[in-house]
Amino acid sequence: MTPSPSRIRRLAGAALMLLVTSLVIFLLIEAAPGDPAEIMLGTSAQADTLAALRDQLGLDRPLMVRYLAWLGGVVTGNMGQSYTYGVPVAGLIAERMLVTLPLTLMATLLAVGVSVPLGVMAAARQGRAGDGLATVFAQMGIAVPNFWIGLLLILVFALKLGWFPVGGFPGWGDAGWGDAGWGAISALILPAVALAIPQAAVLTRVTRAAVLDVAAEDFIRTARAKGLSRHRALWRHTVPNALLPVVTMLGLQIPFLISGAVLVENVFSLPGIGTLAYQALSQRDLIVVQNVVLLFAAIVLAVNAGTDALYARLDPRLKARQ
Amino acid sequence: MRLPKSLILGAAITAIMVGAAVLSRVWTPADPTAMNIVARLQAPDAAHWFGTDPIGRDVLSIIMAGAWTSLGIAMLATAIGGAAGTLLGVTAAARGGRAERLVMGFNGVLFAFPPILSAILLGALMGPGAVTAITAIGVFMVPVFARISRAAAIQIWARDYISAARMAGKNDIRITAEHVLPNILPQIIVQLAIQTGLAILSEAGLSFLGMGVSPPTPSWGRMLSESQTYLAAAPHLVLAPGLAIAVTVLGLNLLGDGLRDLTDPRRGQAG
Amino acid sequence: MLSIRNLRVTFGERPALNGIDLSLARGRTLGVVGESGSGKSVMALAVMGLLPRTARATGRIGFDGRDILTMPERDLCALRGNRIGMIFQEPMTALNPAMRIGAQIAEGLILHQGLSRRDARAKVMHLLDMVRIPRAAERIDSFPHELSGGQRQRVGIAIALALTPDLLIADEPTTALDVTVQAQILDILDDLVAELGIALMLISHDLGVIARIADDTLVLYRGTLIEQGPTERVLRRPGHDYTRTLLDALPPRVRATLRDAP
Repeated sequence: MTPSPSRIRRLAGAALMLLVTSLVIFLLIEAAPGDPAEIMLGTSAQADTLAALRDQLGLDRPLMVRYLAWLGGVVTGNMGQSYTYGVPVAGLIAERMLVTLPLTLMATLLAVGVSVPLGVMAAARQGRAGDGLATVFAQMGIAVPNFWIGLLLILVFALKLGWFPVGGFPGWGDAGWGDAGWGAISALILPAVALAIPQAAVLTRVTRAAVLDVAAEDFIRTARAKGLSRHRALWRHTVPNALLPVVTMLGLQIPFLISGAVLVENVFSLPGIGTLAYQALSQRDLIVVQNVVLLFAAIVLAVNAGTDALYARLDPRLKARQ
Repeated sequence: MRLPKSLILGAAITAIMVGAAVLSRVWTPADPTAMNIVARLQAPDAAHWFGTDPIGRDVLSIIMAGAWTSLGIAMLATAIGGAAGTLLGVTAAARGGRAERLVMGFNGVLFAFPPILSAILLGALMGPGAVTAITAIGVFMVPVFARISRAAAIQIWARDYISAARMAGKNDIRITAEHVLPNILPQIIVQLAIQTGLAILSEAGLSFLGMGVSPPTPSWGRMLSESQTYLAAAPHLVLAPGLAIAVTVLGLNLLGDGLRDLTDPRRGQAG
Repeated sequence: MLSIRNLRVTFGERPALNGIDLSLARGRTLGVVGESGSGKSVMALAVMGLLPRTARATGRIGFDGRDILTMPERDLCALRGNRIGMIFQEPMTALNPAMRIGAQIAEGLILHQGLSRRDARAKVMHLLDMVRIPRAAERIDSFPHELSGGQRQRVGIAIALALTPDLLIADEPTTALDVTVQAQILDILDDLVAELGIALMLISHDLGVIARIADDTLVLYRGTLIEQGPTERVLRRPGHDYTRTLLDALPPRVRATLRDAP
């Protein structure tokens, strides 16, 4: 299948937005005070050593050249050296991703796994006790900061009950799925729950509303007229059609998921990307800040473009409307 | 007319929190900056309803003073971002075509900068502080309000009385000011309430990471950050600011939901 | 086979049907006519046992000796689609947009007869031919939006007829369609009812549609049964002013064809 013109246009639009985003990030970091060479060598460095390093880093080249060099580097995986860690930024990010990616993935799975059944249940029992409880959960979950949930989870499940570590991350180890694997996962469980609760609350609310909307559609009556029980019509006809808004909301929640990850990693002292960005900022390791922020922004843009595409796949009608 | 329950409850909670914030400017139970090392880390009692902190300050007083900070930053950020976003949205709806695509692209870019990312970038540029926090939160409000106001304005533009106004020779700006804005105002107000709640959460997150207002200005997020060390010894230090945040956001959300029920009987989409 | 006695339906305080009596035998077509809001669709839903929860129904809807109004939900599910089929007004919204039409038709077959997917698919091909959908082999995997309104309504008929029900309820099956397509759909319905020996309850606000295929006609006005009898008698010698108003509202040319009907 050849891509349709609308799809090409949308892809080009996403690429352009990414380009503008990278330029904004680059210019803001450029405008920030602090000389990378000085940060790397310390304030006591000799003037000619500094000059040599600046030359080596290419800091004396014109702005646009440096911007393009950075972009080229991002594409080829060469994002430069961290000022403070002295290692390639790309490697640093990849290493920290091994924490952040599983964390956000676990949180998303948990949030979807809880919210979709809960939202469907609430809609199916509209106005009854189960619905009320789900609504209260949704209202509370949206209002509660995830880093506070994290603190409370630590208080109860780590300090009082001792079921999980208070924080930190043992690493995945070489053994793969041995004890090291379990240690790593158990270190991620509480953070994932903290990250998942607000997400689950939002998604529960959206699922409930979407299921109620779809349940009022004519084709649900058609399904019931075929002899499908209420339960079967709900799961075979209502829920699949109600998932569209849920998927959209999942995409729209990505910025909050990323923000949440930065906070939750901080609470649980997890060496993830969020912690990396936060520490890099306090150490003025601006090249790390620059690349990490670009990475996050690119993820948001990519997820949104992906959500649009997925939406079109899930709803065959949209293809026709294009 | 019967008011929605959520509206009454939400308005009451919001009024109490705003009231506490305003009151804190002239009166708090104790001086929120007065240290008293002897009475440090005390659990809640009659003298200190929410207990005392690691240097013996009255937690309730700090919470009240923190309400001024949190609500102030959240409301300013939402108002500024909301105004800018709404302006962009109605412009996009009025102009259509290229201008609309441009606005939507701009929206997409801004949407890629959740408050914490903006704050990290802006923090690199100008350090932490109220201005950084307000800008970081406000930037993210722009695409949110632009999207909502554009969608709402497009619906208004399709109405018959707009055609009539056009026939009468009114230009886009006048039609937007006289017909579009007043008609989308209810939806914008609903969003202002809900987004202020989200802004409170963002502000708390920024303060928690040390990217919000600097000490000694009290803030709920920083209180939580400072409480981490005393998690086991003084859990009340974790509970009080967290509850303050949660209750305030809950109140604003209920207020928003209630206003939506009031203005849109068909029940708007969640989210 | 279907006999309704003194059926009353109310929504809260508001009555929707005030004491309807009718009976319908196998192989016969009953036309139910009335303006929108006259309670036609409420009657259809009552017979399907699909009234909304807010509705209160009294009286008796006898189907094969059992009362639909008091039947447990499990038995109703076994009846719906299997013994009673229904065709809805809006072909645009009556089909699940995210499900292929073949699967939607097969669903009832798999549910009630326990057919395997392959057997059901063969039956679906046959049904698509029966409702005269061209190139059924290509259409079977289409989504509803890929079909025209008329074709979608044929899919609706195929769903309703999949299990050869004893009673078919068609609620304004042609209202949303173009005039030429209306005629085709009515022909298909008329032929199938005769061929399969099905009892058809045809609900319409359009006397022209009723006159075309109904053996008997029942006129509803604001939930009340105004008159009923053989279609020819009702249309030629209406016994009630309201029926006459309905007739007068028809375009003159249609009225002429009614008069010429044998």
